[in-house]
Amino acid sequence: MLDGIQELLRGLPEPLGYVVWTVAKILAIVLPIMIAVAYLTFAERKVIGYIQVRVGPNRVGPRGWLQPIADGVKLLFKETIVPTNANKFLFIIAPVLTFAPSIAAWAVVPFDDGLVLSNIDAGLLYILAITSVGVYGVIIAGWASNSKYALLGALRSAAQIISYEIAMGFALVGVILAAGSLNLTTIVEGQQGSIFHWYWLPLLPLFLIYFISGVAETNRAPFDVAEGESEIVAGFHVEYSAMTFSVFFLAEYANMILISILTAIMFLGGWLSPFEGIPVLGELFEPVPGIVWLLLKAGFFLFLYLWFRATFPRYRYDQIMRLGWKVFIPITIVWLLVVGAAVVAGIGPWFD
Amino acid sequence: MTFEELVFYFFSAILVFAATMVVFIKKPVHAALYLVLAFFSSAGVWLLLDAEFLAITLVLVYVGAVMVLFLFVVMMLDINLSPLREGFARYLPAGLLIGLVVLAELAYVYTRDYFGPERFPNPGHHPEDYSNTAELGSRLYTEHFLGFELAAVILLVAIIAAIALTLRPKRMSKYVRPEDQVVITRKGRVKLVDPKTDKTEG
Amino acid sequence: MNKVVRYFKSLLLWELIQGLRLTGKYLFAKKITVQYPDEKTPLSPRFRGLHALRRYPNGEERCIACKLCEAVCPALAITIEAGPREGDGTRRTTRYEIDLFKCIFCGFCEESCPVDSIVETDIFEYHFERRGEQIMDKQKLLAIGDKYEDRIARNRQLDAKYR
Repeated sequence: MLDGIQELLRGLPEPLGYVVWTVAKILAIVLPIMIAVAYLTFAERKVIGYIQVRVGPNRVGPRGWLQPIADGVKLLFKETIVPTNANKFLFIIAPVLTFAPSIAAWAVVPFDDGLVLSNIDAGLLYILAITSVGVYGVIIAGWASNSKYALLGALRSAAQIISYEIAMGFALVGVILAAGSLNLTTIVEGQQGSIFHWYWLPLLPLFLIYFISGVAETNRAPFDVAEGESEIVAGFHVEYSAMTFSVFFLAEYANMILISILTAIMFLGGWLSPFEGIPVLGELFEPVPGIVWLLLKAGFFLFLYLWFRATFPRYRYDQIMRLGWKVFIPITIVWLLVVGAAVVAGIGPWFD
Repeated sequence: MTFEELVFYFFSAILVFAATMVVFIKKPVHAALYLVLAFFSSAGVWLLLDAEFLAITLVLVYVGAVMVLFLFVVMMLDINLSPLREGFARYLPAGLLIGLVVLAELAYVYTRDYFGPERFPNPGHHPEDYSNTAELGSRLYTEHFLGFELAAVILLVAIIAAIALTLRPKRMSKYVRPEDQVVITRKGRVKLVDPKTDKTEG
Repeated sequence: MNKVVRYFKSLLLWELIQGLRLTGKYLFAKKITVQYPDEKTPLSPRFRGLHALRRYPNGEERCIACKLCEAVCPALAITIEAGPREGDGTRRTTRYEIDLFKCIFCGFCEESCPVDSIVETDIFEYHFERRGEQIMDKQKLLAIGDKYEDRIARNRQLDAKYR
């Protein structure tokens, strides 16, 4: 964003071309994300169905492949209901406030070496800041709905997101320490070498904590107390219908994809090939473009999301708080000391 | 007007508007949301000064955490504003007086050319490889080390004090510690007894 | 020692991994879904679905208006009025109605019937589009019986040896 503004200043003589070019790049990121979100919902229903010994949706189109489109069309044509005495302006703007950050965060995500919309120095901080804004949509939705369940869901969600943001931030500090940079491209470049050069090994506890916190941040099972359909109906979005609901839905899944891609970038070497440095295999897989590896790794984490949802029962609210504050934060702080010592001592092959 | 000025005035206008609304709007939740908007626009202004670390931290800390807690509290409150407005006419003269004094002070300071565009020229932009984050880090941990650490210690004391003030040693509610819960085994809970029944039946 | 092992187990998410392994196994298990309109599960001959009134092979209706089914019906779904039939003067029902919204498909009516007249068929795919359609009168019940007599007779035959 910073770079973008500066570039814009310099290119003032013909700003129009630059703007058009940037918008085109943004669309090139956002449209695939939207398609990925649609098919992630389909994959979720299929995977959970398979785990429950069912086959999942298979009626719309060949083997159910048109199901997400049918869902989208259905939601588009439904009626948006604004509850009585709800604050109409905030009620409508809340889904937008959740959706916008979940898309805006993609601005600094590198998909391959140099393939990034805005290669800013403080990329990681930017992502942390932008994703933390998403909680406003949830809180405002809960408050503006004029519904007790929605308010309860919003309060739970707010407390949970704030708690896990700290653990998540600390896990990221570990990555920053290891890479010595806040720039996501530099972080990936720091992991070059082989599969054992990636940061998952020296930062194993932080890696696990980051991903689990990510699951909690996106309000997904087993941390979905904000929705908690069996306790508070649907939490903060009980009163939402049609497009307003689907915008919340899109934001949730876009955030899932974002967390998966970030985990892949920071701990699993981003677009680096896992066969790097292995004599024969490494050369064999040399021509595979980096983005394929990145998407494969992100896909693995997305699958984990679905797998978790099909496996674990929902955490009790007080246990979520305990896990966040009393387990994750102490572990991350201790491991930060370990990483700091390792960086100072220059322990190879990661920190030399 | 350059593009940069345009951006600056855009953010500043929103900032001034939002800050005014924070003071004047009646509903506390709306006021808190305007404060969020104010933080956002000031982050935008800071970005123009190449202070990207500060701008992002402002969003991260104030918008992402502090204001969420504020909203949290404000949403739970059920403030009845009418008793708060009762003494308005009675306190108006005193309030006006204080307001005038503050205004006069501000005007005095402002006219003493401590402020004004000529006192604070545009710092311009740093070269491409300049990193606000790295610069800030090295300054904080070298030149301003003592102050920085002192601030940290004060904050730590504040945290401990807050905990000490609110901690209730004796819990009135029954509470099961999850760490005890998860290690429960059958052995610790079930005791098999062999009741001596009369087995000499005919 | 035990405590140390426990700590390591919980830090390595051991129990969670066990859970994931179990669900992971089911991911590849054979799916048991029945593609309903295309595939159907086999029905027992004792299946209790839509009601029908049967006739004797010579076309005479079986029901003799004994009202045992009306008496035994726990949901009070059956209403019968009886009278002599015009012509031969035999005792017949002038009105025989089953309210399908009240009916609980317990099968007592067919159990109680001395002449095997009221039976429950294995038809379960039916619907109503207007109010009042759920009340099956004598004509409708006889029509169902005539239409599905083959199936009804076959199911009785299959079940006969267990009665």
